[in-house]
Amino acid sequence: MINFKKVDGKDVGDIKLFALSTCGWCKKTKTFLSDYGAAYSYVDVDLLEGGEQDEALEQQRALNPTGSFPTIWVNDEDVIVGYDVDALGDLVGA
Amino acid sequence: MDDAVSRAEARLAKLVADADSSGYTLNPDVEFCRNLAAGLLTNNERYGIEACPCRIVLGPKEENTDIVCPCDYRDDDLAEYGACFCALYVNNRYDENRQVPERRPPLSERKKGKAAAGAFAGTLAYPVYRCRVCGYLCARKEPPQACPICKASADRFERFM
Repeated sequence: MINFKKVDGKDVGDIKLFALSTCGWCKKTKTFLSDYGAAYSYVDVDLLEGGEQDEALEQQRALNPTGSFPTIWVNDEDVIVGYDVDALGDLVGA
Repeated sequence: MDDAVSRAEARLAKLVADADSSGYTLNPDVEFCRNLAAGLLTNNERYGIEACPCRIVLGPKEENTDIVCPCDYRDDDLAEYGACFCALYVNNRYDENRQVPERRPPLSERKKGKAAAGAFAGTLAYPVYRCRVCGYLCARKEPPQACPICKASADRFERFM
């Protein structure tokens, strides 16, 4: 069970973000979602350890085989790979 | 300024100086660069290498030298997309609204190992080594301690011929 952290806001769907705490694009993605007041969940995979990190990486690679960050998982079916203002704008209805 | 901020500031100043002297340009967003500089310091503390802040180090550090900043993929990404993967390095085609796709092979492919040296290896008086960061070539018994062009360390060289 991957322990996503919840950020409260407006419900625009189930958004789960696989991120790194050190990554500039991940930070921009979090800021974008927060600026639009969207609710989302995220996990900073670099801060996880052992089996918990393995599980998060395995799930992320199933969604995005390159394993790149950020990977955004929407409603358990759609995937946005990387920071992309157009795709994120569509997501939050901007 | 607290200690972490001043160390990130100092690391950024060095990045700026190195970029200036080697003909590269850093992202004009200074705050963005400062966060990346802090990320490089964090990764150095965690993994013993200044790995790309936008990538994860898995396995021994020797298997991750390709993502030590500046990474092996920077120049190709600058040429194709106007930015490196983390966008620390950019040129005039940089688009701040879109991250460049990942060029680093996925973990499963990296594990398959590197290609062998070229077909001429047996006929050369010296092996030829290539700097994976800048492409510098040299014919000598071992790679240099540091690349004379870009200062990358010996472990960033690969056997080319």
